[in-house]
Parts: sequence; C-alpha cells; structure tokens
Amino acid sequence: MSSTILLQHTLTGISLGGAYALIAIGYTMVYGILRLINFAHGDIFMMAGYFMIFAMASMPWFIAIPLVMILTVMLGIAVEQVAYKPLRSAPRMSIMISAIGVSYLLQNLATYLFTALPRGYPEIPYLKKILHIGDVSASLVTIITPFLTVALTFLLIALINHTKLGMAMRAVSRDYETSQLMGIKINRVISATFAIGSLLAFIGSLLYFTDRMTVFPFSGTLPGLKCFVAAVLGGIGSIPGAVVGGFILGIGETVLVAMGYSTFSDAFTFAILIVMLLFRPTGLFGEKVTDKV
Amino acid sequence: MRKIIASLLVVLLLLASLAGCGGGGGATTENIIKVGVFEPVTGENGGGGFQEVLGIRYANTIYPTVEIDGETYTIQLVEVDNKSDKTEAVTAAQRLISEGVSVVIGSYGSGVSIAAGDIFAEGKVPAVGASCTNPQVTAGNDYYFRVCFLDPFQGTVMANYAIQNGAKTAAVITQLGDDYSSGLGAFFVQAFNRLGGEGSVVSEQQFQTNQTDFKAILTNIKALNPDVIFAPSSITTAPLIIKQARELGLTCPIMGGDTWENATIIENAGADAEGIVLSTFFDEEEPATDEAASFIAGFKEYLVQNGQEDIIPAVSALGYDAYLTVLEAIRQAGSTEGTAIRDALVGVEVVGVTGAISFDEIGDADKDMAFIKTVENGKFKFLMTVSVE
Repeated sequence: MSSTILLQHTLTGISLGGAYALIAIGYTMVYGILRLINFAHGDIFMMAGYFMIFAMASMPWFIAIPLVMILTVMLGIAVEQVAYKPLRSAPRMSIMISAIGVSYLLQNLATYLFTALPRGYPEIPYLKKILHIGDVSASLVTIITPFLTVALTFLLIALINHTKLGMAMRAVSRDYETSQLMGIKINRVISATFAIGSLLAFIGSLLYFTDRMTVFPFSGTLPGLKCFVAAVLGGIGSIPGAVVGGFILGIGETVLVAMGYSTFSDAFTFAILIVMLLFRPTGLFGEKVTDKV
Repeated sequence: MRKIIASLLVVLLLLASLAGCGGGGGATTENIIKVGVFEPVTGENGGGGFQEVLGIRYANTIYPTVEIDGETYTIQLVEVDNKSDKTEAVTAAQRLISEGVSVVIGSYGSGVSIAAGDIFAEGKVPAVGASCTNPQVTAGNDYYFRVCFLDPFQGTVMANYAIQNGAKTAAVITQLGDDYSSGLGAFFVQAFNRLGGEGSVVSEQQFQTNQTDFKAILTNIKALNPDVIFAPSSITTAPLIIKQARELGLTCPIMGGDTWENATIIENAGADAEGIVLSTFFDEEEPATDEAASFIAGFKEYLVQNGQEDIIPAVSALGYDAYLTVLEAIRQAGSTEGTAIRDALVGVEVVGVTGAISFDEIGDADKDMAFIKTVENGKFKFLMTVSVE
C-alpha cells in the first residue's frame, strides 16, 4: 500500500470518526442524565439534514445555518416534551419504547412529507472546496471535521465542569430526585441537555451531509445505530468516552475496508458492541458502579 | 394538555383510517376484479417503487375495466407497501391473498419478490413482476412471471459494452444482502472475466444497506486504477458512490444497471453524473410501438400532475406493461380465478410500451434487447441498443 493511499484512508477514517463522535455525544449526554437511550437521536440528525435543504433553497447560508440550528434544537426539545416528559416517572422500558416510537414517527413523517427519493444536500460555500495535496484529494469539510469535533468536545467539557448549568447537569445525572430537593429545576436541565444534544446533531449533520451529499428518510438509521455503539464503547454517560468511541469506530471501519474486508465493516462495529457488553459493560471510560447498601 | 394531545391523536387516527379506505372502497358495481399492487413505497427502494406504482395507476386510469364472459368488470387496485424489506414483503403478500386479489403486479426490487414468491404460489395467485431482474424470482415458481429482461443478460450486456469500449480491467461494487445488486454484480464479473480473461475484474467491494460513506471502498479501487467501475445499486446509493468517486479523483467511467435510469440520480449527483453508463428497458425518445407513443404523451402529463419530473422512468413503463399483460391474461382466461389467469399468462402475447411481451417456460419475458444510455448535459442520452444471444 503506497503512502498516498494510506494517507487517504487515514483522512477518511478520522473524518468519519469525527462525525460519529459528534452524534455519539448526543446519545451519551441524554443517557447520562435520564438513563434513556434516545433512539430518535439519529432521526433528529436526519431531520436537520432536510431542514438545511429547504432553508438553503430560499436563503443564503449565513441565515440558513443559524435558522436550521434553532429549528433542530426546537425539534429536540419538542420530542423531549411530548414523548419523554410525560413518562418521567414511568418504568425506564416505557420511555425507551416511546423513543423507538418517535424514531419511526420521524422516519415515516419524512417519507410522507419529502418522499423516499433521496434529495441532494446543498453545497455550503467554502466547506465543499476540494483540495489536492499531491495525489490525495479531500474536501475541506473532511479535514475540518475532526478538529471541530475535538474543539466542541473541550468546549462542552468546560461547560459541564465550570458553569452553573453544567453543575446542575452533573447533579441531575447523579440522582435527580435529590437534586430536585436541592432546588434544581430538573425539567429545565433536561431540556437544556436535549438542546445541546440536538445542536451537536445539527453540526454533525452539517459536516456529515456536506461530505456525503444526499439525505433520505433513513439517512439517520445507520449512523444513529453506529454512534450508539460508539457511545457504549466509550462508556455511555461519558463525553470523552463517546468521542474516543466515535473515532475508534470510524477508523476501525476504514481500516477493515482498506484491508479488503468491506463485507465485514459493519460486523466489526456490532461485534465490538457485543464484546464490550460481555467483558466491560461500563465501557472504556465508564464509571464502575458500586452497589450501595 | 395531555387530554388535548390524546384527543388529537384519536382524530388523527380516525383520519388515517378514513384515508386508508378512500383508495379502496370507491366502486359500487357488483362486478369487481381485484388486482394486487405489491410494491415498496417506503424504505430503501420507496422512491423507485412509487414510480412503478404510478405507471400501474396510470394504466388503470386508461384501462379501468375488463370484459369477462361478456360482462364488464371494474378493475380495483389493492395496493400494499412491502417497505423494501423481505420480512415485511411476506406480510404484505399475505395481506393481498387475504384481500382476495386475483392476480398481483410487482415488485420493484428482486429480494422482496423472491421472499413473497412462495406466498403467491401457495395462494395460487399469479404474480407478474415489472422490474425485478434476478433470475430467482421466476425460477422454480410456476406462479411468477415478469415483463423485463434478466440480470444474467443485463450483466453480460454491460460487460460487453465495457470491453467494446476498450476497458481491460474493472472494479465491481455491490450491496451486501441485496439480491438485485449482488446478483447483477456477480453476472457482470462472470461475463467480464470470460471476455477479458481471468483476473480482469481487479476488485470486488461490498457495502451495507443504508451506508452513505464509500470513500474507503473507493480509495481501495483508486489504488488499483481500473478502466471502469460497475456499481449496480439503488437510486439512493448511486449518487453517493458517483459523487464520492469523483471527489476522490477517480475519473474512469462508472456503470450501473437499470435502476440508474432515474432523474433523481442526475438531480443528486449533478455534474458528476456526466458520463455514467447504464442499461435500461425503455427509451422515451424512440417509442418502440404505437402503445408507447400514446403512453409517452399521456404519462408525462400524469407525472407532472403527481408532482414528479416529466422524465419517464423505465420502471413506470414496465409497471404499465405489467398491467397490460395482466389485463390481457384476465380477458383470455375469462375468469377471476387465479389458476385460470396463470394458465392464460403462459400463452399470452401483448404489445406493450417496452416492446412485445410473451413468456418462456420459466415465466420470463422473451426480451433480448437492452438500451444503453449515458448522461450528457444533465440529461439521459440514448447511446445504442445491445442484444446478446
């Protein structure tokens, strides 16, 4: 394998990993706080793609991007308000089923509203510029993705460790009944969590779809599923874990394909999930749960 | 608040069930013959499946009735959605049987047709596939027929075309677990290796359903530098493969199968779609028959009415032909019985929009001609017809 090919594969793997990491953070944050696997997260990612298509059709990118960002965040909060909030005290299984329901609802809504035919994602100026470095060619977005992911992760960790909202989030994730007693408005904290998760899903969708160009109602299914695995791999509930998990999956998949085993690239992802759950259910960065007596 | 939401949901449900009935319970006459439409409208192949449904619906508006024993029967279409999923396909097929359809048209996508084949055979309801090209759809099933050509033929045609145009090596990309894609890919590999010598196919790569990133696969292919890439795939996947290949700097021609003859590919792949090559069943510039001429004029209007682009997808033409074939078989059978219609289908001869249709002993249409097309200036352009003995 020549060095250009190696470099090209590395670039692909890291960029894919970056996009996975952004989505995985959304899963991990919601899980950390609500102990809920938000299966609708992948579909919010897909909806953000559709919003962008329609926004870019009628307005310039510097208006479209903030507008779609707000719309996606609102969608995330709306899903929480309608489908999860009424079930706050219900058994965890009910919320999970509700999440699966929302996921199917969004997919079928998209099929109904936008048809199942794929739609082209608009080109955002600058991002899609193709660069040639020797024999390696990549668009700007491919190179930006991993850096942006890492920067956002640090920002998010700072938010959680050094702001009041972050402190409230940490408290709620420990024990939300007690934090409620301490005067934390848990509904507001949970909404904020969903807002941040959806915001990251939007940025993920911007990067992912700019690089992969078409959106269809099932666009979110496979990335969603893989990012869930990434979150579990890193230790669900842990943000650095989700990012590392995302990169491991993205790079691992690319390496397998590069070695000529394209058939097994997905098998790899899900084999990791099984192995992880068997031998280290708390993931790479997860906290060990000690039973309190 | 919760009550409001609950009552709203109830209203929505009621509306949905009403809408569901709206399509079915129209006709009031005594004489009704039910024809099942077994197509994906959602899922991976929902887009293409819907276009095939449009062809069938349009045919139904042109020929809404059929004469059986001197009495006029109204043809009622019973549409089910197989969701591009093999498990759902079985359920959908069972629903058609329990609805009491006399004959079935469909499906887009070979995998679902193969999955549902036994259900139709056991229910003694004949099925006529429009665009399912995998040999296994009709092989060993007395009740399955089809009006299009087959993958072995299509794969050979594309391999021939590539060799004739000076290709010495080829790379093949197929979808794992998809009977259409992997079948067509395998037949291409066979034909290309036979024509160009063993080892002419330098790389065979596979991808997963709903996969959207093909850069790793394409980087592998780029390293081997083939003269041509053959990537039979669904219309959701194709633009992604084409665009990403061009982005990585692959400049060789990219070829596909019949699914690619679809305006969405050009729309989504944009300028990168220029120069792709595909084989198809039908060409709207060269109507093969009188039926075709009137179909092209009428169906374009119908497409616009339904909010689609006015480029006729080949699958719509095949859907239309499948309907004509079924209609003729019902007329000749003089019965609404599934077995009688099946027996009539064996000997039926119809002139449709994609040419003359008659069936061989397996149930496949005797077609030996494919249209090769390319994309030029954002439009499909007819290149040549290819026939293979």
